[in-house]
Amino acid sequence: MKAPDFDYLLPASLDAALAMLAEHGGEAMPLAGGQSLMPMMNFRVAAPEVLIDLANLSELRGISIEGDTIRIGAMTRYAELMADADVQKHIPIFGLALPHIAHDAIRNRGTIGGSIALADPAAEMPALLRALNAIVEAEGPDGTRMINADDFFLGMFETALDGELIKALHIPVATSEQRFGFHELTQRHGDYALAGVAVVQTSNTYRAAFFGVADRATRVPDLEQALEQQDDMASVLEHLGNIDFTDDLKANHTTRQRLAGVALKRALKGMTV
Amino acid sequence: MSRSIDISLRVNGEDVRATVPSRLNLVDFLREELSLTGSHVGCEHGVCGACTLTVDGDTVRGCLMLAAQADGKDVITIEGLAENGQSAQLQAAFTKHNALQCGFCTPGMLASAIGYVNAGGIADREAIRQHISGNYCRCTGYQSIVNAICDVIEEKSV
Ligand SMILES: Cc1cc2nc3c(=O)[nH]c(=O)nc-3n(C[C@H](O)[C@H](O)[C@H](O)COP(=O)(O)OP(=O)(O)OC[C@H]3O[C@@H](n4cnc5c(N)ncnc54)[C@H](O)[C@@H]3O)c2cc1C
Ligand code: FES
Ligand code: FES
Repeated sequence: MKAPDFDYLLPASLDAALAMLAEHGGEAMPLAGGQSLMPMMNFRVAAPEVLIDLANLSELRGISIEGDTIRIGAMTRYAELMADADVQKHIPIFGLALPHIAHDAIRNRGTIGGSIALADPAAEMPALLRALNAIVEAEGPDGTRMINADDFFLGMFETALDGELIKALHIPVATSEQRFGFHELTQRHGDYALAGVAVVQTSNTYRAAFFGVADRATRVPDLEQALEQQDDMASVLEHLGNIDFTDDLKANHTTRQRLAGVALKRALKGMTV
Repeated sequence: MSRSIDISLRVNGEDVRATVPSRLNLVDFLREELSLTGSHVGCEHGVCGACTLTVDGDTVRGCLMLAAQADGKDVITIEGLAENGQSAQLQAAFTKHNALQCGFCTPGMLASAIGYVNAGGIADREAIRQHISGNYCRCTGYQSIVNAICDVIEEKSV
């Protein structure tokens, strides 16, 4: 199908975009890469009256190192992340994960901010940001809010944003004490994962964020603790039982739990050195 | 009004000006307004790859971009790739290897393959399969397409 009719607005600044968003309230949606929003509009599951294209907002672009974090503008495309030397050096887990996100043509348009704002439970980026302990910089009519990735994803396609736009993501740069692992299981390369996990190990502590398994990117504190205590793998995997696994046509919850365990074992086996 | 947008862009090397409805996607604009029917429309939600085009040098989905978003951009369709000779070698290899049957996927497949070859992709079957995983072919079973792409890369390297 084709998208329903809408007003197309192309603000030249972040302030102008926020004003438009405030003026049109729930009728308006921001447009980033369009790689999720356009299919949603074509399917008519989204029918915004007003589309606010973020393409010209220079405030939402750029990658810079700020002390011990790397700041990535929301409108940075996946393809730009893959090609950026600072990202490669300071966020090694992106090198493992990005090739699994969709396909070349989609990565040439899809943005990191769009993926975070969408909060698809099967998407890689929300889980990566939780594993990395990242911070979301949101800009709204009342100013800037810094939101921990752990507090940002509230449910399926639901985030902590409140009339705000994502401006940038802040990710701690990798240290020599850290190792990274990533694995996902899909029916076909580039598909959304049936189950996957991003693992960040700092000395002997772990942050492991699963995706594709439940209504949002999910961490399991008991499981992370079991990894820290070096429990045997069978006991580690038992803690997966804490997840409320998704049941759908592609995989039921028993299969998903099994796949999540396989993904975790493979991610741990393939940790960067 | 913001439901009809003035755009000016380059399409296959020629300057184009038009006024388009905001909801019109790029591939429909090319097909219906400019009669460039080489790019196909399959799923209209980004999955099949039949609408793959080149915009400012990047391969993109023509069904997931608004014509309005192409303002100021440089668009190359399969017609342009054929005219400027970029797809000639791949087209010959596709013919030789029987890499098309109904041909519906072929324009998008060629556009994706050119992206792979130009980026210095290697003649590795697994890597090529991964690259074209975003382009569906319901006829060939992909083997012959991979053969054709491998051929072109190997010919280039000798
Ligand atoms: C065939 C196909 C396969 C795919 N496979 C995968 C996959 O394997 N893994 C995966 O993660 N994704 C996948 N995607 C989706 C892709 O990653 C999207 O690009 C991404 O989810 C959204 O980014 P976008 O820039 O395109 O955002 P858009 O589609 O433009 O927007 C998405 C949502 O975020 C909102 N938004 C965008 N930017 C902002 C902002 N700065 N502030 C506030 N709100 C904002 C929009 O209003 C909209 O609601 C796939 C897509 C397709 C078509
Ligand atoms: S028509 Fe665009 S990807 Fe199928
Ligand atoms: S040749 Fe028929 S779909 Fe590929």
